[in-house]
Amino acid sequence: MRQLMIGNAAVARGAYEAGVRVVASYPGTPSTEITESIVRYPDIYAEWAPNEKVACEVAIGASIAGARAMTCCKHVGLNVMADPVFTASYTGVNGGLVICVADDPGMHSSQNEQDSRHYAKAAKLLMLEPSDSLECRDMTREAFALSERFDIPVVLRLTTRVAHSQSLVEPTDPEIVPLKDYVKDAAKHVMTPANAIRRHVIVEERMKALTAFAEETALNRVEGQGSPIGVITAGIDYMYAREALGDSVDYLKLGMVWPLPEAAIRAFAAAHEQVFVIEELDPFIEDHVRALGVSVIGKDAFTLLGEYTPAMIRRVVLGQADQPAAPAQMNVPVRPPVMCAGCPHRGTFYVLKKLGLTVAGDIGCYTLGAAPPLASIDTTICMGASVSAALGMAKARGASFNKKLVSVIGDSTFIHSGITGLIDIVYNRGANTVIILDNSITGMTGHQDNPTTGKTIRGEKTKQVDLELLCKAIGIDRVTIADPFDVKSFEAIVRREVEADEPSVIIAQRPCALLKYVRYEGHCQIGDQCRRCHLCMKLGCPAISLKDGAVRIDENQCNGCGLCVNVCPFDAIHKEA
Amino acid sequence: MSTTNIMIVGVGGQGTLLASRILGNALVQEGYDVKVSEVHGMSQRGGSVVTYVKFGDKVWSPIIGQGEADIILSFELLEAERALPYLRPDGQIIVNTQQIDPMPVITGAAQYPADALEALTANARVTAVDALSLAKEAGTSRAVNVVLIGILASQTKIPKERWLDTIRQTVPEKFQAVNLKAFELGYRYAQER
Repeated sequence: MRQLMIGNAAVARGAYEAGVRVVASYPGTPSTEITESIVRYPDIYAEWAPNEKVACEVAIGASIAGARAMTCCKHVGLNVMADPVFTASYTGVNGGLVICVADDPGMHSSQNEQDSRHYAKAAKLLMLEPSDSLECRDMTREAFALSERFDIPVVLRLTTRVAHSQSLVEPTDPEIVPLKDYVKDAAKHVMTPANAIRRHVIVEERMKALTAFAEETALNRVEGQGSPIGVITAGIDYMYAREALGDSVDYLKLGMVWPLPEAAIRAFAAAHEQVFVIEELDPFIEDHVRALGVSVIGKDAFTLLGEYTPAMIRRVVLGQADQPAAPAQMNVPVRPPVMCAGCPHRGTFYVLKKLGLTVAGDIGCYTLGAAPPLASIDTTICMGASVSAALGMAKARGASFNKKLVSVIGDSTFIHSGITGLIDIVYNRGANTVIILDNSITGMTGHQDNPTTGKTIRGEKTKQVDLELLCKAIGIDRVTIADPFDVKSFEAIVRREVEADEPSVIIAQRPCALLKYVRYEGHCQIGDQCRRCHLCMKLGCPAISLKDGAVRIDENQCNGCGLCVNVCPFDAIHKEA
Repeated sequence: MSTTNIMIVGVGGQGTLLASRILGNALVQEGYDVKVSEVHGMSQRGGSVVTYVKFGDKVWSPIIGQGEADIILSFELLEAERALPYLRPDGQIIVNTQQIDPMPVITGAAQYPADALEALTANARVTAVDALSLAKEAGTSRAVNVVLIGILASQTKIPKERWLDTIRQTVPEKFQAVNLKAFELGYRYAQER
């Protein structure tokens, strides 16, 4: 039966139908639901790994051992796993190996807008790019077959609108794919220079074979009825172009985006008076087409920034005006994302803001601590950088600066890559204070378990990494566990720890307010004692607002966490059952 | 080859994703080609959220551009006003009159527009409803989404039984009774207007 599936669920379905046995990933929007969907299929081993590099290595090991394996990540996750990826290109595969990466044009939930197609070129890999959920399923299956046929890891590239759009898929039965034999083969799997030199020859020969394959595969196809205008496109842009341009142009639809079919591109260009390349982000296809000596219209008429739309394509290619529409209303205030009512991070940032500290931030829900009114965070770079960048800041500016400096990092992000920065602080005689925001879950990506939660991706009980013992084991003598909602005590602890002349860790422990087991009683109410000092407004709680100078608490939004009760200096806020 | 385009807008946490799933599944069972575009991740945290639902004989792009929405189903008053440029000139707005202050209003940096409903009615056919009260009447304030689906459903040609079936298939069993009641209240409200 045809079903609506988001692209991510369709990738999982394709992997299941292709007989995948091992899937290891780290969550990251917009890729997370692939691995979450894998869990629906009971016979597949699935895991959340501590980070993308580890996840990729687990998948590589499974492939070498003879299983079809997959790892999934967001675009910046591919940076983290780049090291094993480049060498896996040399070792090739035994069981098929698929690396699924989801780019985020428009940065719906990301810190940059990188174009992961460059990785396929740089690492000399085969890359496929689906346009809708059906192609997500079909190309994932194809990716495993091609991986084994060409002895190569295959990268499946999605973008947000493919990953998170639902379209129709008709599921089919899974293939029976037996585990391949494992045979020790040092020349293929031990990448010493002597072996790698020989493997590099094979990699370059493989690229030639893949370029020839690109010419003949049905993944790339020409559509149209002989229009003088030709459009070369791939992924979601194909869907936008089809909607915008219909049958008025011809299409070279690329399902395989690396390596590119050079003869097919030349022939398509020769058959058309005008050729457009329509691709979000970088001129990846365009640059290659131009290098072939083919003249095209691309980024000079489109843009390097953000997402494309059918209207934009209609405007550029056909010169058609946009649909008539009501003007944007001028007085509509923006609605940026905010920390939820009851969020444990709110207490932490309230204190950090009050103390006027420099805050090196990290990647997670708590990045929202950068927004007013909390506005505490000074830097956000990448996973783990809060810890290591703060060491750099302290080394650059000295001890007095360091006493006004903290790092904030979530529990999952700390395990991902904060721990290595903390080891650097210990080893290189830093005196930084690192606050681990331990909310007992991976929050921003939608509640995934991680090594600190004591549960696996399937909810099975497992050993729980003890953050306190971990920090002590690497040489942090000052580790304090604190409740960020006990504002007075939390403030005193932060004041004490930043003053210390040795490294310290504060574990701010309180679970995410959205976890099912977190239930606060009743909700908060403003009483007559309110002196309108508006201190509670500094919390940036979505349930607390001002109407004509008076504070009010919206009981539909309030979850009764009581942080405002603790902050109010006049005991004017109380809990109502 | 035209499609019908429904834009669902609201505030992260209001349950727009479940609404789009019920709508999408009902349309699939009616035999349409359907695409639904969601946004997950950071913007879900209390920010403006937008979901596109498109259906017809064949749907290419999953997104809806300015001036292309036949219906805007808004879970919050201000968000309907924000979405106004996406409405076709002859399009319709179904709006929950509930007001949720965005952070710039909470901090005093901006005002919640006093004339939001007037701005809508000046530009479009509007069905305004206090969906929060109907949801509470059904049993939970969290059922605002299904109240609004009920109102939308009453204005489509899709049989009511199809919607009820879809809710039974889409919503976990322990929440079905309250959601079916919320749907019924929304459906009847729109019919009795």
